[in-house]
Amino acid sequence: MSHQITVPFGPQHPVLPEPIHLDLVLEDERVVEAIPSIGYVHRGLEKLVEKREYPEYVHIAERICGICSFIHGSTYVQAVETVMGIEVPERALYLRTIWSEYSRMHSHLLWLGLFADSLGFESLFMQAWRLREHILDDLEATTGGRVIQGACKVGGVRKDIDAKKLDEMVAGLEALEPEIREMNRVFFQDNSVLHRTKGIGVISGKDAYELGAVGPTGRGSGIAEDARMLGYAAYDRINFRPVVETGGDSYSRCVVRGRELYTSIDIIRQAVEKIPDGPVEVKVTGSPDGECWSRAEQPRGEVIHYVKGNGTRHLLRHRVRTPTFANLPFLVKALAGCELADVPVIVLSIDPCIGCAER
Amino acid sequence: MKSEEQPITPIEAADLLARVSAFHNEGYRLVAISTTRLGDQCQVDYSFDRDFSFRTLRLLVPEGTALFSITGIYWAAFPYENEMHDLFGITVTGIAIDFNGTFIKTAIPYPFSVTTVKPGDVQ
Repeated sequence: MSHQITVPFGPQHPVLPEPIHLDLVLEDERVVEAIPSIGYVHRGLEKLVEKREYPEYVHIAERICGICSFIHGSTYVQAVETVMGIEVPERALYLRTIWSEYSRMHSHLLWLGLFADSLGFESLFMQAWRLREHILDDLEATTGGRVIQGACKVGGVRKDIDAKKLDEMVAGLEALEPEIREMNRVFFQDNSVLHRTKGIGVISGKDAYELGAVGPTGRGSGIAEDARMLGYAAYDRINFRPVVETGGDSYSRCVVRGRELYTSIDIIRQAVEKIPDGPVEVKVTGSPDGECWSRAEQPRGEVIHYVKGNGTRHLLRHRVRTPTFANLPFLVKALAGCELADVPVIVLSIDPCIGCAER
Repeated sequence: MKSEEQPITPIEAADLLARVSAFHNEGYRLVAISTTRLGDQCQVDYSFDRDFSFRTLRLLVPEGTALFSITGIYWAAFPYENEMHDLFGITVTGIAIDFNGTFIKTAIPYPFSVTTVKPGDVQ
């Protein structure tokens, strides 16, 4: 039997934008076991629900994450609206759908850049982030915020987008699509990318399901599940199919995210075609009395916001189960048996958001 | 916008492993374990999903009660069970990967086991 040593990985590491620590048990260069440790950025945001009234708490919910902030806000208000039986105006539901897809594109392009960086492919990293700027510009132009949009409220949305701007957004995305295809061609076909990602960190579909994997992490292993299929917001009036790859490796997880950019453009195009005129919010009175698990598809997978109210302005509980938290067991299994040099690529392949996971 | 049915089944702690095993055998995935403090006891919800059918088993756990880990059935439950311990102080025995209270580092131990703000005490 080879001699075993334990190598610490993180919490500070060049490929990690956020702190997670792994104890890697090695035999020679092969990882035998990986034990994750989080807790470096736990902020106790769920606890703040005791101090903020439920309508203003949406600002806290949005700050759970600096990348998928909009969907955290929309999923929280969706939970409160369900408990209170609020009928949200149709136009607001379409606007939430459009901004959700912009958030997904911004997150995927950010991740693709970081992934290229983890492979040492700096020019590809710059291309991905250059394209991401277009998405951030539209988010800023329509909500006022590049990172924290602040557009959702209980009962609807705070901002509207006029028809001219909506058409400009679609035209801008259609002009961007060929550039995304060119970028994806490198991610999907370049030899150096394939060499670093193909067959690396393989998890079968059966194992991924057993491990509770969600989002592109699960879909890269062939699990055809996407919370948008639940039909929340305006997704029940949009035609789309989840992007699924069956390789189960880091390459497949990358391809899923790259192809999902096209799906997002198509969803936005359909939403702009179908968005009705009308108000974007309704007046909300009363307080939530009941409970609900609100589910939505974030860029990293299914997110759950659980709220429980007792008829007062303060919720009894707000609990968030983020996709990264659900994907931690998948990561532990994917690392077992890999080479030490592949650890950064595998860790990044689940698109970990530690700030999100710790709340 | 569509909304989904979310049935909740109250169970006793002694039945936990058998009920969770039944979900596992029927092909459900573990979605989340959520804990809520209610007075001097905790509400622990084990949520499962299969083909967008969302089901929850609910336990009411008096203070000082220990729960059996379900990681022998759903190995992926270990982050939830460590979180349950670190934030609420609930003892869970037999966790596959037990961090012994160091999974989530907090300024005060078991912060969710106490209420820091009384109703109406808005800051």
